[in-house]
Amino acid sequence: MKICFFHLMPYRFLPDDFEARYRSVWVDVPHSLFDAEKASGLYHEYLDELEHAERMGFDGLCVNEHHNNAYGLMPSPNLMASTLTRRTSRAAVVVLGNSLAAYNPPLRVAEEFAMLDLLSRGRLVAGFPVGTSMDMNFAYGVNPATLRERYYEAHDLVMQAWTRPEMFSFNGKYTQVRYANIWPQPLQKPHPPVWIPGGGSVETWEWTAKLDYVYCYLSYFGYKRGKATMDGFWETIARVGADDNPYRAGFLQLVCVADTDAEAERLYAKHVHYFYQKCLHVWEGFSEAPGYRTLKTMQAGVRPQVGAQARKIRQSLDWPKYLDAGYVIAGSPQTVRQQLTECIKSLRVGHLMVLLQIGSMPKDLTLHNTELFAREVMPHVRDMWPEHKDRWWPSGASNGD
Amino acid sequence: MATDRVVAIRGGAVAFRVLSAGRGTPLVYFHSFHDREPFPPFLERLAERHTVYAPLHPGAAGSTGVETLDDLFDLTLAYEELLDALDLDSAHLVGHFFGAMVAAEIAAVFPRRASRLALISPLGLWRDDAPSADVVTLPQEDLMRALWADPDSDAARRWAAEPADEDENAAAQIESVQRRAAMAKFVWPIPDKGLRKRLHRISAPTLVLWGDDDRVNPLSYAEEWHHRIKGAALSLRRGGHMIHQEAPDVVASAVAEFLR
Repeated sequence: MKICFFHLMPYRFLPDDFEARYRSVWVDVPHSLFDAEKASGLYHEYLDELEHAERMGFDGLCVNEHHNNAYGLMPSPNLMASTLTRRTSRAAVVVLGNSLAAYNPPLRVAEEFAMLDLLSRGRLVAGFPVGTSMDMNFAYGVNPATLRERYYEAHDLVMQAWTRPEMFSFNGKYTQVRYANIWPQPLQKPHPPVWIPGGGSVETWEWTAKLDYVYCYLSYFGYKRGKATMDGFWETIARVGADDNPYRAGFLQLVCVADTDAEAERLYAKHVHYFYQKCLHVWEGFSEAPGYRTLKTMQAGVRPQVGAQARKIRQSLDWPKYLDAGYVIAGSPQTVRQQLTECIKSLRVGHLMVLLQIGSMPKDLTLHNTELFAREVMPHVRDMWPEHKDRWWPSGASNGD
Repeated sequence: MATDRVVAIRGGAVAFRVLSAGRGTPLVYFHSFHDREPFPPFLERLAERHTVYAPLHPGAAGSTGVETLDDLFDLTLAYEELLDALDLDSAHLVGHFFGAMVAAEIAAVFPRRASRLALISPLGLWRDDAPSADVVTLPQEDLMRALWADPDSDAARRWAAEPADEDENAAAQIESVQRRAAMAKFVWPIPDKGLRKRLHRISAPTLVLWGDDDRVNPLSYAEEWHHRIKGAALSLRRGGHMIHQEAPDVVASAVAEFLR
């Protein structure tokens, strides 16, 4: 079992009345709300938390990419990963990831990931998300009608750049390169392991299965709601005839650990509330550009994680409801151990990603949460899936020993 | 009743569902994002004097092949091929918003194909000081206020009515997304795709028609179109962005009068 520490790097200082006064935390969130002095401190605070996680024994450190977003201050996760390669030595550096269709030419991603793989001495996990509609269609202006085609083409170019023995020409629909020949090349051979973060689109499951990549469901709504999506993924795996190795899957879960269940509420409730009420406050008009979801996915009834429907559900939530619904696994070590075991088993995930810095949570509390999790919870779930081998773990990272 | 058939081009790679009705000099109508009815009352009026063809945009309600159309130029070529398939050397070209942009593109790239050109609140130019509303993505409530001069009018209510049956409603929602997506492909994220540089090529007599309460496409664009197309006539009428549905008789008469 691999357990990774995931950071979103949220802006912690949105005003109390943010969701009443502003329509969206994403895309058009006014930068008059952005205090550069405070944000400068935040980066160091969050990098400290990630580095601390390695010391506490987490297997991997996860960063991701968002744009125009007050809950994710990482337009470039590669910059964060880069500093982590110098201050850590053992944990996998999991970049989840670079939104391929945003880069022109996408060779830039092949180059930067190669650099990160070398800097980290082979600890890189290369994540390739399609990217959310907010990030790609609205913030970056990528055409929703061609986003996926552009993504697949960019993926092919990156993989060729990493694996073809000689310089080549690439005559794509979206990218034409006469002399594709990246220096440097990645350390891991034939290439760093590839994880695909997804929101639950039917095509992504099939594609991930076909290419033998890891599928990561980055949900903010916990293991109970995530079950339907992961079941869909595992059904696809069975249909294409692949084995059911749990390391094919990753899942993100929000977790809060305290000495007692009551203490968990006292310590964490307001930060969790900040996350769900402010950080996920996305205007419906930005939740999904027409054409972003394919017809097949629409017909399968997969709903976006944000927007009007999601908002109605979220607004009615309080601490007991976050817990009942499984959005957050919170409480005493015993409570968390028991639910996390259920989460891992029911979703069949070999790569668990936990979000321990949530919303407005300050550093001292994040470190407390991280330490309690590492000491009181992690050892009890570590030994799951002993009969399976993780074929998607970077060769230069420590492998649970 | 309009005739409903499928006309394929490019060996079937693109297939247009084409509605047609009436008799007279040919007129081709190009739909926009929010034209839910393939052959609305406004076209019925025009069919009293013209043979009206209303091809549905590829990807919308029975027309297919949008995934094979790379960009606006490719789309313009496809429509020109459709005119051939319909055996029309030239025709009056009429359109609303996105559809008016398509009509203007055809008239600019293939000037002899357009006999006369009637553009109702056309899309296709961009002003930083007055961006047109992003109606492709607006949520329903905001959309109602943007599209209609009076969101409580019968026309607006009829347009907004959802099928009572759950399955039919889900299908209608998906159809709406598909239609908007298929058109947005050619104008995302900003509808300025170079038409400004081509408008001088238009040789057809042109009418630019606008609702005086158009909250989607600001009136400053009416001026811009009026000035950029040589000899164009400008007609401002009472109404909102969906003026061809709010006042079908007024718009149909104005267009018919111009085409006479």
